[in-house]
Amino acid sequence: MSGHGEAAHEAGHEGSYRLFLIVWISLVVITFVEVYIAYLEFPAVTMLLMLIGLSVLKAGLIVAYFMHMRFEKFGLFLTLVPATIFCIGMMTVIFPDSLRLLHVRLLH
Amino acid sequence: MTESHSEAVSGAWSGGGSPYAMGSKKLGMWLFIVSDVMTFTALLMAYSYSRLANPDWPRHVFPIRPAILFSTTMTVVLLASSLTMVMAVAAAHRGARGPAVRWLLATMAGGLIFCGLHITEWFHLIEEGVRLFSNPWGSPLFGATFFGITGLHMTHVMCGVIYLGVIAFGYGTSRFSDEDVEVSGLYWHFVDLVWMFVFPMIYLMSVKY
Repeated sequence: MSGHGEAAHEAGHEGSYRLFLIVWISLVVITFVEVYIAYLEFPAVTMLLMLIGLSVLKAGLIVAYFMHMRFEKFGLFLTLVPATIFCIGMMTVIFPDSLRLLHVRLLH
Repeated sequence: MTESHSEAVSGAWSGGGSPYAMGSKKLGMWLFIVSDVMTFTALLMAYSYSRLANPDWPRHVFPIRPAILFSTTMTVVLLASSLTMVMAVAAAHRGARGPAVRWLLATMAGGLIFCGLHITEWFHLIEEGVRLFSNPWGSPLFGATFFGITGLHMTHVMCGVIYLGVIAFGYGTSRFSDEDVEVSGLYWHFVDLVWMFVFPMIYLMSVKY
């Protein structure tokens, strides 16, 4: 990211229509893979992990190429992404409570 | 502190420089996007919490026709609009105002098609009896979370269409610069990015086999 500098910045704007098209086709293909997976009747947790995994991959492609983060200074990535992932991770602390609530409701 | 070290530190912190090598508009949009990520994450977490905690949550409600067919088409349309947005930004960086405005208009058309398909899909569910606080299948929270999350996303798309319209007009009349087009592109891609999580978590996790 930081090492690419001006040349990569130019490439990101000027000479990489092919790259953007490849990224876009990848996104569409992953979308259809997701729809296919949705009909395979996996257990809910397996299904969720597979779909979220593919969605994170799609989000990464969008942020890196369409939003040009790959061509920005690495400092921008370090400032924004780790803190965001940490905050999202902190939100998952609510899930043990949802399982407790499910257990209570099933008992009554 | 050596003299060269002192110069390097003062160079970075004495003001006037841009530590991220970008304008304040672009950095501001990135910070807004991070805050909006938190909003949508909180909503999707609340949805997941409610789904997990309710034994009577409607888990298989979206048939392939029309719901999955519509939502998949909406995803492809939104992705296509992201590609046209990339082309608009590239044209703006080349200084080609005409093509940039045309690509922006194509992006807006993509957003409008998305909203049209989404509203049609909403009406399918409303016809089946799904309301904000009730539905024929189970936990009443389903309607609230479904309409809440997809509604907030659709609001973002509609605001994006208006935003792009303003930018297209301003850039076409030379009031705005290519940076403004790029910043609006960041917003549009973010709206696309959010849908990449809403689509699998709301629709694909609840397909009717």
